[in-house]
Amino acid sequence: MSDTYYDPADLGKFAEIADHAPEMGKKFFEWYGEVFQDGALSTREKNLIALGVAHALQCAYCIDAYTKGSLEQGCDVEQLTEAVHVAAAIRGGAALVHGVQMRKVADTLGM
Amino acid sequence: MPTPPGPSLHRSRSPLADPRWQRARLDEVDLAGGRGDVTESHGDFAAAAEAALGAPLSATGIEILQLNLGRRCNLACVHCHVDAGPDRKEDMSRATAERCLEVMEASGAGVVDITGGAPEMSDQFEFLVRGARAAGRHVIDRCNLSILLTRPYAHLVDFLAEHQVEVVASLPHYRKLSTDRQRGDGVFDDSIVALRRLNERGYGRDPKLRLVLVTNPVGAFLPAGQASLEVEWKRELKRAYDIDFDALFTITNMPISRYLEWLETKCQTEAYLRKLVDAFNPASVDGVMCRNTLSVGWDGRLFDCDFNQMLEIGLTGGVPGHIDEFELEPLARRRVATGRHCFGCTAGAGSSCGGATT
Repeated sequence: MSDTYYDPADLGKFAEIADHAPEMGKKFFEWYGEVFQDGALSTREKNLIALGVAHALQCAYCIDAYTKGSLEQGCDVEQLTEAVHVAAAIRGGAALVHGVQMRKVADTLGM
Repeated sequence: MPTPPGPSLHRSRSPLADPRWQRARLDEVDLAGGRGDVTESHGDFAAAAEAALGAPLSATGIEILQLNLGRRCNLACVHCHVDAGPDRKEDMSRATAERCLEVMEASGAGVVDITGGAPEMSDQFEFLVRGARAAGRHVIDRCNLSILLTRPYAHLVDFLAEHQVEVVASLPHYRKLSTDRQRGDGVFDDSIVALRRLNERGYGRDPKLRLVLVTNPVGAFLPAGQASLEVEWKRELKRAYDIDFDALFTITNMPISRYLEWLETKCQTEAYLRKLVDAFNPASVDGVMCRNTLSVGWDGRLFDCDFNQMLEIGLTGGVPGHIDEFELEPLARRRVATGRHCFGCTAGAGSSCGGATT
C-alpha cells in the first residue's frame, strides 16, 4: 500500500480490475474501446469530450489519459483549454441555474 | 517579428551533434519489462523486422532516389533530424549533382525526391529539378514553405509550377500555436502566406500541381490517424484561410539529432523509445521506405534512408557506398542496415517520407 491514494503508475493497472470479475471486465473494456472509435463523431472529438468530462468529474486518471489522448489526436493546448472551459462553464452554470429554484422558494415564502 | 533561428547542435558543439553519441544513447536505454511480444527482441529491430517479414529486411528495388542536398536551411526546427540551420554550409557539388542524374538513369528510379535542409538553398536545386524533369521523372521538393517568401527564392513558386514538381510541405499543425512551437515564432504566418501563393499558382487546385502537407507530432507522442486528420485539416485550413491541398502525410518523429536533444531536455528519451518499441506494428514492416528508396548524401555517400544518413550508418554487406561506385544489382537487393531508431518507422500505423504505411 502506497502513502498516497493516487499513483500515476496505477492507471496502467486498470485492466486488472477484470481479475475478479472477468466477464464484466471483458464487456466493459470492449464497450469502452468501441465508444472511442470513429463514428458520427471522430475519435478526436470524443477525446475532447472525455477531457471535459474528466475535469467535471475531477478524475486524475482520466485527466492524464485524455490530455495525452487529445494531444495524440492532433489537438493543441488551446483546444484542450477550451474543452476544460466547457466543463467549467457547465459545472458553474449548473450551480447558478439552480438559482431559479432558490428564487421560486423565496417567492413562495417571502413577502 | 519572427525570432531568429537558434544555433545548430553542430555550431554549439553539443555532444549530440556526434551520431555515435546519438546511437549509443538509444542503445543504452533499458527496454526490459515492456509489452511481452516485442521486448523478446529487447529492442533489436533487425530481429523484430525479420520475425515480421519471415526474412531479413532487404531492399526490393530502387523506385525512389532521395537526394539530400545539404544542411543549409532558413529555419532551425526543434524536431529536425538533420540538424539543419542557417549556420550550416554543407552543399552538394555540381559534379555530385551530375552524377546523381546519371545514377537516376542507371537505376531506373521513377521518382527523384529532393530534401535537405531547405533543398531550395542548394546551388544544385534548380539544376537537378531541370535534369530530372527533362528525363521524365516525377520530382518531389520537400519544402519548408517559409523559404518561398525569402528574396532569393521567391521565384521558385513559378519555377516549381513550370516543372510540375510535387511540393511536399512541412506544417506541424493547422493552427499557429503548435506550428510556431516546433518551427519558430512567426513561421505559421509565413507558411500560410506561402500556401496561398502556391494555391494561387494552381498548387492544390490543378491536378497536375500536387501539394501535400506533412505533420510531425508536436511532442513526445505518435501521430494520429492520417485519414482522419486529413479530413479535419482540409476543413479547418479551408474555413480559416481558404487554403486547398491534396493530401496530408503524418510522419513520426525520429529520436535522433535535435528531436533527441529535446527528448533529453524533457527527460523523455526512455519513455519515447519505449513507446515506439511497444507500438511496433509487424504489418508496417513490408512498407518501410528503405525497401524501395536509395538515399544519397550531399557528399555522394549512399544510405538506406535519410535517418541512417544523419546517424552515419552506411550501407552494409559490402555493396558500393558512394555514388561514384554505383552498381544497380547489388544496391537494389541490398540488406538494410538498422538500429533502434528504426522502430520510429514501424510504430502504430507506420511512418515514411510518404506518410503512414498501413
